[in-house]
Amino acid sequence: MKGNPLRRYLREGSLPHFFCPGCGAAQVMNFFLKAADEIELDFDRLVAIGGVGCTARIPVYLHADALHGVHGRTLPWATGMKLHNPGLEVVIFAGDGDAAAIGGNHFIQAARRNLDVTMIVVNNLNFAMTGGQVAPTTPERLRTMTTPYGNVEPRFDLCELARTAGATFVSRWSTCRSRQGTNALKRALQHKGFALVEFVAQCPTNFGRRALRTGDPTKCVQWIEERSVTLKEAKNLSDEELKDRFVLGDFVDYQRPVFEGSSILTTGGEK
Amino acid sequence: MQTQADNNRVLTGKHFMLGNYAVVEGALAAGCDFFAGYPITPANEISERMAARMPEVGGRFLQGEDELCSIYALTGASLAGAKAMTATASAGFNYMQEGIGYAVAAELPLVIVDVQRCRGENYATQSDVMQMRWAASGDYEMIVLAPSSVQELFEHTVKAFNFAERYRTPVIVMSETTIALMRENLVIPDPKDIEIVNRVRPNVPPREFVPFKADPDGIPPLPDLGEGYRILHSLNPHDEWGGISWDPDVFETMYERIIGKITHHRDDIVETQGFFLDDSEVVLIAYGSESRPALDAVQQAREDGIKAGLLKLVTVWPVPEKEIRAVAEQASVILSVEMNIGKYAGEIERASGDCCDVVRVTKNRGEIHTTAEIYAAIEEVAK
Repeated sequence: MKGNPLRRYLREGSLPHFFCPGCGAAQVMNFFLKAADEIELDFDRLVAIGGVGCTARIPVYLHADALHGVHGRTLPWATGMKLHNPGLEVVIFAGDGDAAAIGGNHFIQAARRNLDVTMIVVNNLNFAMTGGQVAPTTPERLRTMTTPYGNVEPRFDLCELARTAGATFVSRWSTCRSRQGTNALKRALQHKGFALVEFVAQCPTNFGRRALRTGDPTKCVQWIEERSVTLKEAKNLSDEELKDRFVLGDFVDYQRPVFEGSSILTTGGEK
Repeated sequence: MQTQADNNRVLTGKHFMLGNYAVVEGALAAGCDFFAGYPITPANEISERMAARMPEVGGRFLQGEDELCSIYALTGASLAGAKAMTATASAGFNYMQEGIGYAVAAELPLVIVDVQRCRGENYATQSDVMQMRWAASGDYEMIVLAPSSVQELFEHTVKAFNFAERYRTPVIVMSETTIALMRENLVIPDPKDIEIVNRVRPNVPPREFVPFKADPDGIPPLPDLGEGYRILHSLNPHDEWGGISWDPDVFETMYERIIGKITHHRDDIVETQGFFLDDSEVVLIAYGSESRPALDAVQQAREDGIKAGLLKLVTVWPVPEKEIRAVAEQASVILSVEMNIGKYAGEIERASGDCCDVVRVTKNRGEIHTTAEIYAAIEEVAK
């Protein structure tokens, strides 16, 4: 690790990190650093934002301006700072709890407004930091700490939600697809507008052991991979066949004006 | 540190203005360049005027999807260097407590205006006086200013920004339906006569800067985001370098300093106004709009030969303990006048010790006290 060229992007004194062995969020941090390095992201202008959760810890380790510690409010933070200083490079690291549960409305509204930020969601399919409770992203029938008889709620598709709400860059990969995922991050970071990259990620400690009955990271990753199909493959599958699958690929990539505030001086509105 | 207010922001002159509008003009005079809010009566005129005025002065306006968005947008903007404000009313103020807790811990200057209303209705009340101080989780001190007129809504909003910037802390302007929706004369001074305080920014390069190491007065300089200082702004207990720490000593030291910023500067922050206090035996203590009928009643009592006086609290939090104690030592009875079930009276009793009796004069029916009601209370104790 000592010679790792990406180590220079980490905050001095912040290691060792607190991720469990085999954690998917830690992998995504690595993907981000690779992507940031390749596009020569200016870490002086970077503001890394995390809410609360395992993924939300990523900004704590980055040598950049960072915000951390309130659950679900990453996008309101980002909205305030981007409106005041559009030159900031704002990257949000959110778990599925932050993005889809407590911060769900902020997520929809930021996508609708096309706020110019990059949002990286590590979807480990459960509330991991608190011990493995059901999340809006947990697949049906699986057991978690709060669904001891199996999850009865249908799951959220965050990419579909973002696309529908108006996000201008939407991509989903899994931690098994490091190359595609890192490429998606590079494009997201360079995209002007609301860019979402979701990673379906393994959580051996809390999701694996409970929902999958294994704490083995490799088996958890295999479970994700077996259920993954590319967007191209998904086109030939019925809704029923896709019900328990993870569709991977680029969903949206286009341009439209970014959010600058709710009241802007213009030459005149609708009469 | 102190700069003059920007001329084109300040509507110098005489106005006949709505209270909620006066808040906006006070904010602009103080240098506010970011506003976020969510619709709620009776605070809407603040958002509406901000939506028109903010773009005019080069600031940003956000109508958030809820109060949580608004308060956190303020913290984000404040970290980016903005002077930020929101306005809400009691029920909306509930939602903001979470963000206020973050602003306390991360030490962010921002201003919150709460136009108090009754639960579920827009009637007059002062029932948030405890919510102002105690509603966020965790330990903290809060600066809360209580204007009683349109003029004071302007002036206290300026003061709120100055306290926020000076002490790196959220500050609350405790407005009320009564004054917010009232039109009165307002004199806006010349910009050169308006004191403006700006936060202290670091005077050393990033590699020499220790972000949460305080100056002797307890307030660490705050750089803007994106300037290369690369600071972690966490809610979690953090050491002088900003690193999250589980060391009990770090936790204790951090909150001692954050709370000390206010407790050690109490004399700079606390403000009261005295009326006829020199020889008064019956002293009324009131804040906000209730100080108006209270003063009328005191004047009437004086005309009738009753030695009554008024201590008007400009700062409600921190509690003007010394000032309350001083009148308690002199008076034979204190009347605590409030438009709620009698909440702040407990603070007055505490500050008074056993010096004199405290009688609660309360009204909790969505209406301000009349002068006659307060006069009757004075007469009762003066018998």
